Amino acid sequence: MAAPQKGRRQTGAPGKPGRTLILFLIAMIALVGGMFGAGELTPRLGIDLAGGTTITLKAKSSPGQANAVNETNMNTAVGIIERRVNGLGVQEAEVQTQGSDNIIVNIPKGTNSQQAREQVGTTAQLYFRPVLTLGPGDPSAQQPQPEATPSAGSSDSPKPSPSTSDKSGDKPADPPAAGAPSASETTQGRALTDNLKADATPTPGASDKPGPSESPAPSDSAAPPADPATEKLQADFVALDCTNEKARGALGDSAKPSEPTLACGENDGVWEKYILGPAEVGGKDVDDANATINQQTGQWIVQMDFTGGGSKKFQAITSKLSQQQAPQNQFAIVLDGEVVSAPSVRQTLSANAEISGNFTQESAQDLGNILSYGALPLTFQEETVTTVTAALGGEQLEAGLIAGAIGLALVIIYLVLYYRGLALIAIVSLLASAVMTYAIMTLLGPGIGFALNLPAVCGAIVAIGITADSFIVYFERIRDEIREGRTLKPAVERAWPRARRTILVSDFVSFLAAAVLFTVTVGKVQGFAFTLGLTTVLDVVVVFFFTKPVMTLLARTKFFSGGGSWSGLDPKRLGAKPPLRRSTRRLGAPTDPKEA
Amino acid sequence: MSRLGDLGARLYRGEVGYDFVGKRKFWYALSVLITIAAIAGLAVRGLNMGIEFKGGAVFNTPKTSISVSAAQDHAEKASGHDAIVQKLGNGGLRIQVTELNTAQADKVQAQLSKDLDIPQEKINADLVGPSWGKQIANKAWTGLGIFMILVVIYLAIAFEWRMAVAALIALIHDLTITVGVYALVGFEVTPGTVIGLLTILGYSLYDTVVVFDSLKEGSKDITKQTRYTYSEVANRSINSTLVRSINTTVVALLPVAGLLFIGGGVLGAGMLNDISLSLFVGLAAGAYSSIFIATPLVADLKEREPSIRALKKRVEAKRKAAAAKGEAPDYSDEGGDEPRDAGPDDETSAPDIPPAAAVAGPRSHGGRGRGRPSGKRR
Repeated sequence: MAAPQKGRRQTGAPGKPGRTLILFLIAMIALVGGMFGAGELTPRLGIDLAGGTTITLKAKSSPGQANAVNETNMNTAVGIIERRVNGLGVQEAEVQTQGSDNIIVNIPKGTNSQQAREQVGTTAQLYFRPVLTLGPGDPSAQQPQPEATPSAGSSDSPKPSPSTSDKSGDKPADPPAAGAPSASETTQGRALTDNLKADATPTPGASDKPGPSESPAPSDSAAPPADPATEKLQADFVALDCTNEKARGALGDSAKPSEPTLACGENDGVWEKYILGPAEVGGKDVDDANATINQQTGQWIVQMDFTGGGSKKFQAITSKLSQQQAPQNQFAIVLDGEVVSAPSVRQTLSANAEISGNFTQESAQDLGNILSYGALPLTFQEETVTTVTAALGGEQLEAGLIAGAIGLALVIIYLVLYYRGLALIAIVSLLASAVMTYAIMTLLGPGIGFALNLPAVCGAIVAIGITADSFIVYFERIRDEIREGRTLKPAVERAWPRARRTILVSDFVSFLAAAVLFTVTVGKVQGFAFTLGLTTVLDVVVVFFFTKPVMTLLARTKFFSGGGSWSGLDPKRLGAKPPLRRSTRRLGAPTDPKEA
Repeated sequence: MSRLGDLGARLYRGEVGYDFVGKRKFWYALSVLITIAAIAGLAVRGLNMGIEFKGGAVFNTPKTSISVSAAQDHAEKASGHDAIVQKLGNGGLRIQVTELNTAQADKVQAQLSKDLDIPQEKINADLVGPSWGKQIANKAWTGLGIFMILVVIYLAIAFEWRMAVAALIALIHDLTITVGVYALVGFEVTPGTVIGLLTILGYSLYDTVVVFDSLKEGSKDITKQTRYTYSEVANRSINSTLVRSINTTVVALLPVAGLLFIGGGVLGAGMLNDISLSLFVGLAAGAYSSIFIATPLVADLKEREPSIRALKKRVEAKRKAAAAKGEAPDYSDEGGDEPRDAGPDDETSAPDIPPAAAVAGPRSHGGRGRGRPSGKRR
């Protein structure tokens, strides 16, 4: 779709109309067949037309942030939830606040509401923390006690996670502690980046090295051994039972990014427990995250791009870690208090990282969504989940459809009165376009969660005008050619390049509007832009691959080429000049001495 | 039909035509007036933003047998605003009403409890935030800005910068009028309205581009001849695409008119009204501005170009010379008039077409300058 195009058939040769037409019909049948095959016979309707599920979430402050439930945070949360549930922009979910600490999420009927509920409430607090100590998750399977107090950690790092960067020297960040055993490999999850990939494998080679690591407490962190917090952490670590779900749940709630913490992580079905240093890089440092398939392993992974600041921090931490001995050279990727992977680092890395784990396509995509759109500033509890009926009621849709049908009938009457036989082509083309739009919208329902709301229905009704315009432009060009004294067949072919140019140029503008709005905006505007773009593309498709070939074919029939009074192409009625008259076409033509 | 086909042919040959460019000052003035009225309406009355933008009050009722539409009527009467009513899974109703302060909310709550026959303490009232957050609105504005820049660049490349400027002015004209009508009519602005407005954005430009395309084709090699000035060519372009413009406008407007007058008016569907009004006004304004504003503006801008000005001089000189030779040209000397040969039978009319219709123009300048162009029969 671009500016005036020099078409292949500039001269207007008839081409192979039959073949084009058959291809078009096959495509159409395939679409409709796909619709029946998928068992989806109606488009998914938006919440305003079909109702859906409404979820009420109650905000809770994160630990240590007593005043977190405020207007700003609530609005941020609304924005984040909005983007999460409308990941592709066409799902038509609605998010709003209610009272001071509730958020209502409305999801249209037919959406996977289980998945939506998970996405909506998920806090997704992502942190990269250095591993200080590692142990098997079940305390009964006892092991030597790790000591190597996580040094500075708790004590002298009041700062929240990120800050670290290169001043590592005096930061608690330096993973000072020792790794505990854990013979198991940390294969479960690895964050790798490019060059890291190769060596990410069996990290904790250090495995059965008992507790006190060889390089505890580096330089600065002359770990005040008496630090009560640290000792408590140790004690807790010993007591921690990662196989106990409740114990795990409690962990996530108490973790502060700026302090060392305990965490659990599942690795090949075996739970492991960790003491982790303060967070070095957080979810806010992630610019974008996407689910992809790892080419080598064929597994789903989540790939992250860091922001500028994030990649500096990531570089700093990996450069530090890479100089550590085996157990402490791991960093844990902690999501909502749980270690999803703990890769080891051997080189300084930056820019991007991958999270691998036992992801399915869906869980990888969910995580990607959640990471891209940021961490909720609050934690939420699901208060109620209930169904709601359509906000617009059935009678609105009915009234709209009746009115639309009457309007369409008027359009058809108008076209028949004006274009007579030609109107048939216009109406059939409109029908073809309607069938394709309907089928595609229906298929996109389960495909990408596309939901049709009332504004979109109205937009589609306006699209009738834009689509019909393409035929009208073409018909008028044909009639102009006939007025020049041409017979129908050459007129149809000569009119086409000029009509085609007009159609492409003007549809391009519409498409540009749709594309820009779709890329830039969110929520309902995005859904609208999608509908506009779809109908515009279909307009071009129908005119090129249906209307034009049909016109070419019909020009061969007697009814049309004979110029009967009902064909709409009667040269006499059109006021055609006798063939020998000089062409006085465009006004610019300097040739004509005197008009008419 | 025969007469109409004939008219089409005569329009095409330039035998008849309405002098759009020549009478542009009148149409400019009209547009400026409408735009001022729209802006004044906007300034004085402001827009009535719906609950989706402003938030409001939400009332939750216990299980009730009252129908959604009855509750909606009650809520709208009690509050004087559009209400959104949904039935909840537990049989209760959720009623949302825009823009209420606490005192008003109490009153509405009391009124609702009376109307719905539910004890007041069982109706749970709360404030609800906008579901169409600032974020969506801001991004929509950003998108609009980016689109306008891109479309100007595109039109400047595909056509020329003058057309890009004229198209942009026409677009802003259409949007202003539509928004102004909302302020004046007092309809609530809902997400549907905004989406209607964005639809117009696409349509208005689309329509303008179709007319410009014909203008571009008509004005190819214009400096190589001396018969017509640019303004005349522009006028002829409008006239030759006039039939298309009318047909397209009718086809686009009929279904929307159905939605607005039948769906909204007779069947009384609230949200449909909001959307279809913006569509109706916008589509009509879009069709009008392509013909009466955008193209004459291009002609105005073009006539300032030295080569086009020189052309005009040459054309005038030639006409004078011809007149001196007694060849009786019936061209007016002001840019815009057409050579024409108005027949008597094109005085047909059908008043229901938007202003794009044409009828035979006056033979000389100013014959019926103020005449509204009437439509023609179909």
